[in-house]
Amino acid sequence: MDFYLGLLQVIGVHTLLGLSAYCVLLTGQVSLAQAGFFAIGAYVAGIFTVLAHWPLVPALGASAVVTGAVACAVGFPALRVKGLMLVVATIAFGEAVRLFFFNFTYQVQTGTLHLGPHGAEGFRQIRYFPEHGWSTFDVMLFIWTVVAVVMAALWWLDSSRAGAVLRAVGEDELAAQSSGISVTAVKVSAMTIGGVIAGIGGGIFAHYTTHIEHTQFGVGLAAFAIAYPILGGLSNVFGTLLAVIFIQGFLIEGLRFMGDWRNLLFGGLIVLAMNIRPRGLLDAGAVQALKRLLFSNRERSGA
Amino acid sequence: MLDLQGVSKHFGGVRAVDGLDLTVARGEILGLIGPNGSGKSTIVNLICGLFPLTSGRIIFDGTDMSDAPIHTRVTCGVARTFQNIRLFGQLTVWQNLWVAQNSGQQRSQNFVRRWFGGSRGAREEIERTLEFFDLAHKCDELAGNLAFGEQRRLEFARALSAKPTLLLLDEPAAGMNAEEIDQLDSRIRKMQQDGITVLLIEHHMELVMSVADRIAVLNFGQKIAEGTPAAVQAHPLVREAYLGTTATA
Repeated sequence: MDFYLGLLQVIGVHTLLGLSAYCVLLTGQVSLAQAGFFAIGAYVAGIFTVLAHWPLVPALGASAVVTGAVACAVGFPALRVKGLMLVVATIAFGEAVRLFFFNFTYQVQTGTLHLGPHGAEGFRQIRYFPEHGWSTFDVMLFIWTVVAVVMAALWWLDSSRAGAVLRAVGEDELAAQSSGISVTAVKVSAMTIGGVIAGIGGGIFAHYTTHIEHTQFGVGLAAFAIAYPILGGLSNVFGTLLAVIFIQGFLIEGLRFMGDWRNLLFGGLIVLAMNIRPRGLLDAGAVQALKRLLFSNRERSGA
Repeated sequence: MLDLQGVSKHFGGVRAVDGLDLTVARGEILGLIGPNGSGKSTIVNLICGLFPLTSGRIIFDGTDMSDAPIHTRVTCGVARTFQNIRLFGQLTVWQNLWVAQNSGQQRSQNFVRRWFGGSRGAREEIERTLEFFDLAHKCDELAGNLAFGEQRRLEFARALSAKPTLLLLDEPAAGMNAEEIDQLDSRIRKMQQDGITVLLIEHHMELVMSVADRIAVLNFGQKIAEGTPAAVQAHPLVREAYLGTTATA
């Protein structure tokens, strides 16, 4: 049972990571900086609960604010470059963040314990959940509450004019500008929202793993972050969720019996999925079909 | 209303627009014609701010907007269509208008309402615009799935949604059949009645001659003639530009 609860936790946290990339991707920007934002969120939230003894929710709020501010600051110079150059610039940022935490030591002695980030050894003893008696189930429930809130917020954003504007910028920047949209403001806002979500996700990640270190936040994680919304499709937020379940639940856990061959198959299956559904697992057509299905059911029950 | 003063744009050695003076009066329809490569589209792009001027000034409603970014010019009241259609293909027809709707001169001053307003309030006005362009039945269709003529109309509608005072139409009749051009003609006239100034760039002479109050003719980035349609048609330099040499026979 604990295995499945643990898996649900992983899926929840990765959904937050994927949603942070989803926001940025809507404006047509491929950002590999999300793992860096995730790392900042993880360390900041850990520092607030372990060293400052804050409760978890305010600590997550703080990590969201800090990460959002960093994302906003990074957004201005980074979004001036486009396409491949943006990919390179955001990878560089992500690696800079990772190497910062590789060198970052800030420890406080409490009794016999030294607490806090310790360079290459990482940040151990983020024991908020066990100290406060949260069971695995409680943690899982908390994570999914946060995921639900974030998804609802993004759903609402998507259905407001801002959502249409984000997509318009992603489709054709020049046409969006010529419709009176400040493309820079829109892109930086999307980056900031993405940073806030990654900050919350990273903060939660730090607390359920209890031990974070720089190697967890490398380019691999950044690639996952961007793979979720691309594989899931950009029609709505559920595409990302679906892709996380597909990758984390099916490809990584479901194929564990294959041993080392799993990684090979994993890459192959993603390529296959993208070939069968180039616009993502949950593309516009699938959404239409689902709507029709739900709508006709309602009509039938009403008649 | 719009005043181009000595406007030049050079791309390397090519003088796409060279020392052009052009005035568009409030409420008129000014036709801009000229052979291919004479700099017509470049002028629209300069007025919209796609690239910086090499020299000269662009005055709109009394303010110098030579250096203003593209989107602020829309906010000031200048909207355009593109020669090669540029729609948001993955957005629905009405969402295309929604994006432009609250960004022009008459946009809502309330930040929250402008960006996060739901679709319900916006929809009524959008549907009226779509009806005018005979697109109401395609409201929820993806813009990318429309037929060519419909896409042209949608782009026109999107430009109008920003509620411009000056509308720049870059070859709106390209690829249209006779019936569609007739409809375009009457729509442009309707714009004028509603108080919108129109700068029309067009190759389709019949349309320009019928709808424009005044016509300016360009060749090699310079204005060679300006006046009423009849006067321009009779102008010797215009005949030379279009027919190659001065007619002697």
